Amino acid sequence: MCSLERRGDVFILTITGDDQHRLNPELIDSIRAALARVKSESFLSTAAALITTAEGKFFSNGYDLNWALSDPARIRPKIMSKKLRLLVEDLISLPMPTVAAVNGHASAAGFVLALSHDYRLMRRDRGYLYMSELDIGYTIPRWFVQVVKSKTQSPRIWRSVVMAAAKITAEMGVEWGIVDSAHDGAEATVEAAVKLGADLASRKWDGEVYAATRRIVFADVLAVLGSDESVGDSGDFEVVSRL
Amino acid sequence: MCSLEKRGDVFILTITGDSDHRLNPELLDSITAAVAQVKSESTPSTALITTAQGKFFSNGYDQAWALSDPARPKIISKKLRLLVEDLISLPMPTIAAVNGHASAAGFILALSHDYLLMRRDRGYLYMSELDIGYPIPRWFVQLVRSKIGSPKIWRSVVMAAAKITAEMGVEWGIVDSAHNGIEATVEAAVKLGADLVGRKWGGEVYAANRRVVFADVLAVLGSDETVGDSGDADVASVMNHKL
Repeated sequence: MCSLERRGDVFILTITGDDQHRLNPELIDSIRAALARVKSESFLSTAAALITTAEGKFFSNGYDLNWALSDPARIRPKIMSKKLRLLVEDLISLPMPTVAAVNGHASAAGFVLALSHDYRLMRRDRGYLYMSELDIGYTIPRWFVQVVKSKTQSPRIWRSVVMAAAKITAEMGVEWGIVDSAHDGAEATVEAAVKLGADLASRKWDGEVYAATRRIVFADVLAVLGSDESVGDSGDFEVVSRL
Repeated sequence: MCSLEKRGDVFILTITGDSDHRLNPELLDSITAAVAQVKSESTPSTALITTAQGKFFSNGYDQAWALSDPARPKIISKKLRLLVEDLISLPMPTIAAVNGHASAAGFILALSHDYLLMRRDRGYLYMSELDIGYPIPRWFVQLVRSKIGSPKIWRSVVMAAAKITAEMGVEWGIVDSAHNGIEATVEAAVKLGADLVGRKWGGEVYAANRRVVFADVLAVLGSDETVGDSGDADVASVMNHKL
């Protein structure tokens, strides 16, 4: 589901396969396990950076709604939501800079995953960032909106993203301040991400200090990760036991 | 440590001497006393300009002083937070005329003014903590975010320790205008101050409005987790601690 390699000071986590990389428990667990490995390997070595990318036409097309909606007891949406929120917390707490090298479409939860990285590089020739919920008739969770607001600079941009389901190409993303740079093709995007990662790693920041600083900058996101009203998870009781 | 003069309706507080103006209790008390004096002489309408002599506006906390006793970091943190509260509550517009480097707590001091004018030929604004392996306090981050609208720019300032020249500062919306040399910067600050005084705003109303605008900063000035001050115990008694 995902592979992990190391190039110098840079870890590259790749979501593998040609499918839509729907965020179901299996894929989320696989990504979290890779992050846990990155975290433990970085502890023993010098400063590092993480690049997250994917194969094929999609970065991620969002939650695995087929899987989630086939549960009459409606536990599955809660499980996916909880796992994604734990993954986002892991990313916000990761002791190194993080770069999303967006190879293709990143929709809904997939867009949130890309936004949960410190930097976003994207191919200009294909793919959209797309908060699709409005178009597919889904309520967007409060925590998704908090992530969007924490990474976008203006109310007009949040409006476009969240209240107008804009399909954002890399070039639009750069103009809107959501994407740091646009590149020709997936390979060039990953190369640029690796270069950025290596530059950031060469600053030799203390990973724990970097993570603590990031947690403070995104305290408002961390504060809302405990619940997801769109799946009926108020954060009061333990969904974890269901996992 | 600092001098106070009045030019027309405008006060100019100058941190004196050629040192890097490290914020230790002596300097913080001196600036605080000058600000208190300005406050007492604030009618009719007036404005405050804060500047410094030499190559530095302020290079941050006096770490050499602070590290020799565990009570000391709490003391300088508390004194700076009280000074920032005084500036946010000052019944007149405030202008920092940045003559040189303003790093870490020194950058925070500059940012605690309503306007920031800076010389373009020398000096950086620099949140140095990441580069020197220090955790950045929540209240520093809150102040930065209250003055900077864009997530990409907070990222550069707080999570990438950018060295910001006056020109970059103007582009990023942190610096209001850039000038050739310190005298020109102070002149421009005096002119801006005089223009603001000419609006004949009531000082108390100005201060009350500013307190509302920066309520989120005021809310976090009571504590500094990086020095272990949760705001619960009485740091004032610590400040009377004879060293």
